[in-house]
Amino acid sequence: MLNRQDRPTTPGEEVVSALDTFSTNRGLSIEEGLIFEIGRSDTTGVDIEEPPAFAARLGALARREPLGLPGLSEPETMRHYVRLSQKNYGIDTGLFPLGSCTMKHNPRLNEGMARLPGFADIHPLQPLSTVPGAIALIAELARWLRELTGMAAVAMTPKAGAHGELCGMMAIKAALEARGEKRSVVLVPESAHGTNPATAALLGYRVVAVPARADGTVDPEDVKKRLSPEVAAIMLTNPNTCGLFERDVVAIAKLVHAAGAYFYADGANFNAIVGKVRPGDIGVDAMHINLHKTFSTPHGGGGPGAGPVVLSPALAAFVPLPYTVVDAGGLSYVEHAGKRALVGARGPTAARAASAGLAAEAPVQGSPAGGDAAQARPLGRLSAFHGQMGMYVRALAYMLSHGADGMRQASEDAVLNANYVRSSLADLMSAPFGAQLCMHEALFDDAWLDGTGITTLDFAKAMIDEGYHPMTVYFPLVVHGAMLIEPTESESKDSLDRFIFSLRNLAAAARAREVARFRDAPRFAPRQRLDETRAAREPRLRWTQAMARRQAAE
Amino acid sequence: MRYLPLTDADRQAMLGKIGVTGIDALFAAVPKDKLLAGLLDLPKGKSELEVERVMGRLAAQNTPAGSVPFFVGAGAYKHHVPASVDHLIQRSEFLTSYTPYQPEIAQGTLQYLFEFQTQVALLTHMEVANASMYDGSTAAAEAVLMAHRLSKRRRAVLAGNLHPHYRETIQTVSRMAGDEVIVAAPAPAGGEDLDRLIDGQVSCLVVQTPDFYGHLHDLSGLAERAHAAGALLIAVCTEVVSLGAIEPPGAMGADIVVGEGQSIGNALSFGGPYVGFFATRQKYVRQMPGRLCGETVDKAGRRGFVLTLSTREQHIRREKATSNICTNSGLCVLAFTIHMSLLGEAGLRRLARRNHANAVALAELLVKVPGVELLNDTFFNEFTIRVPGTAAAIVEALAAKGVLGGVPVSRLEPDRPELADLIIVASTEVNTHEDRAAYSKALQEVLGC
Repeated sequence: MLNRQDRPTTPGEEVVSALDTFSTNRGLSIEEGLIFEIGRSDTTGVDIEEPPAFAARLGALARREPLGLPGLSEPETMRHYVRLSQKNYGIDTGLFPLGSCTMKHNPRLNEGMARLPGFADIHPLQPLSTVPGAIALIAELARWLRELTGMAAVAMTPKAGAHGELCGMMAIKAALEARGEKRSVVLVPESAHGTNPATAALLGYRVVAVPARADGTVDPEDVKKRLSPEVAAIMLTNPNTCGLFERDVVAIAKLVHAAGAYFYADGANFNAIVGKVRPGDIGVDAMHINLHKTFSTPHGGGGPGAGPVVLSPALAAFVPLPYTVVDAGGLSYVEHAGKRALVGARGPTAARAASAGLAAEAPVQGSPAGGDAAQARPLGRLSAFHGQMGMYVRALAYMLSHGADGMRQASEDAVLNANYVRSSLADLMSAPFGAQLCMHEALFDDAWLDGTGITTLDFAKAMIDEGYHPMTVYFPLVVHGAMLIEPTESESKDSLDRFIFSLRNLAAAARAREVARFRDAPRFAPRQRLDETRAAREPRLRWTQAMARRQAAE
Repeated sequence: MRYLPLTDADRQAMLGKIGVTGIDALFAAVPKDKLLAGLLDLPKGKSELEVERVMGRLAAQNTPAGSVPFFVGAGAYKHHVPASVDHLIQRSEFLTSYTPYQPEIAQGTLQYLFEFQTQVALLTHMEVANASMYDGSTAAAEAVLMAHRLSKRRRAVLAGNLHPHYRETIQTVSRMAGDEVIVAAPAPAGGEDLDRLIDGQVSCLVVQTPDFYGHLHDLSGLAERAHAAGALLIAVCTEVVSLGAIEPPGAMGADIVVGEGQSIGNALSFGGPYVGFFATRQKYVRQMPGRLCGETVDKAGRRGFVLTLSTREQHIRREKATSNICTNSGLCVLAFTIHMSLLGEAGLRRLARRNHANAVALAELLVKVPGVELLNDTFFNEFTIRVPGTAAAIVEALAAKGVLGGVPVSRLEPDRPELADLIIVASTEVNTHEDRAAYSKALQEVLGC
């Protein structure tokens, strides 16, 4: 059913004038059509035996029409997806200084561990008696997260950062309701991630913005002015999205608590402070942790993530189902409110934990403070099953590998690397909040580009030509033409020096108004700048036969 | 520490360049009394070998699906995944890339997202699909929120045979968002009457097919009645392989089709990470949650792909966004897309027939066990049996005999004693004749036949 004559990238059929080969390929950079253009409906790359004749039980619902799905043999599949992969930039390709995203090295040991059949090939609903090691792993990861954050409990199940925000804000809403209160406002600094206001709005809260003061941090006085009995919470990122530690965070927490509100912390930037500062010690009530940032589970082109939420004693009762409990009775698991299933009695569990090399005396996890399940007022489920097990395995492998010493060192190195980059560029690029030290990411604005005709976007695209992934641009929104650089602890000094060399040369070229270098960038990427306006104006969100015909005509 | 490239000499040189005397100076903004002086009470770092030992021992306490006759389903399914899939998703340009915000160096990710969106649209017979949600259950909750936006009503009706975890996920989100949910009672033998719950106040009707108990449903009538009342029909599918054999919800009038894509390309992994799919009609696209990839051209006129219609999304619209979702299921999408490309039309349909045939063979065998009753007239690769006794205890006894024989409904519905003798049994292409015989034999022994 697929007309292979419609392939627009067939060698020799159509040559785009801007290119200089017959095939449109350029050496190792090979053009690749969609599977709908190169596949056939009668081809398959999986050998499956046709079942013997049998009496079907599909009733009147057997599929009537073909699906129109193309198939590829295995060699075609390998080539197709290998070629696609070669059009991507990853952490293993080069320095990936994407601020707020913590693109650190992804250890391959962790990939191997997540693929052990005892983790990868277990079903979420097989009897608990056949998966004690899985429950123990969740409990152990929860113990590490509690210890690293100094918090009372962990909600393990959220599937990414924004899902964690939803979980934490639900816990706050539920805690207020348990007090008989219904509040309507959530305070969010202007520099916050977009997920913060979106989450608050999803739960029906009105978002009130809090400005930043001249040094890029939140002034307790600005918070105080906005606090009222209507305020449910403040959602504060710390270190904030300008790469700065909120120096008055303790005072802000006290003000918020005095107003009967809660302190939600966005943990996206936790990598700056692991083993250095505990959120529980500075007044945080709830904070999600992006396992795919701080604890190096791969970003995978946009997921999957995992977003466990640590909770203070005030919120510990409001965890989503399911959760683990470790107490004097041993390790148990709660899938339904008020119903605890013992996964291992104390003796065997302790022995198992010890034999696995884990601490046998794990405190309560993912459960109400004090371990009294009777106090729990679970939120209900936030998703099917038990959360992101594959990510838990990777994150725990990261933690075990680093240990308390390695994680502290990693945070120190992340902050050191960011400050090294900042101090090495400060004379050429402008910093919005003056020459101050930063945490794990260095923020510049575009004031230094004034009058050059070159924008932050142009500068970012020129970095691609130099072999780097651009930094985060135009975020935080409070900084004009923001450039947010997070090198992470994974870079060597030599790598940073080469990066700095390239950026200094680019900055000098920008100051010298070498506009073409920037406006035409990227010149050496698989694609030049793409027409995003056209994509939004005439959305083409899937392949169709009509698309194939149109392209053949063009 | 093997992952940290800086040497002590590097650190000293860099501190000098920055112009500070020691690392503590970089943490000067942290209140002094809050800065930890020493190490936390956690173990020190371990070598690869030591970590492998710890993790290996924990993993060894679990019983992998592939090691026993395995019949557990109910929303997650054991399928064979071709070796090339896992190889390809571990290509580091896929594994270690970020959300494709710089499209010139992310065409690999963007093109597979476009392929995924098209595959989902073809499977569900819908016009558009997004680039994924966290999983099927959260996709269902987002579908309800979208229906509320479209209908400007705030009451959802959930079929009684919707997967209980999906029901609870929708209930949690709805309760906290202040929306109303009406839930029909489970009908494990099929034959739910949902018509009486549809009125002019209802935003959407959420129906699963094949449903939690395995029954297949013609949704056409429900779609008509929902539309007549100004409501949307949301169809849920937790076993995407079924779409290779049965009528797709889009052909039966569904307005939004969501589901779980784990079956294609993704490991069981104890429940996550999985890949939720979300498809709808073109006219509703601007109310969709999540990322969308679209086709465009670059400066040289070459075809390329970008994330588009992002004015729906949180990073642009903040509190006015259609959802708070950001990170989704990128790499699980890739696994799905590769596996589906390998299967193609021919492979998927054969895989679906094989699943159905195995399930039929198993059902025919199990009903011969005295006291066992099959509740389904129709099913795909999963059905419900009534057993003479407590299902949970029987499943546990089967496990002791080395057979993982299904999910006792009481595991998900503990407060409904009338369902305590039901087991949901799934059979996919991985099961052999010997597996089925082992199940039948073990069940007879457990039941004392």
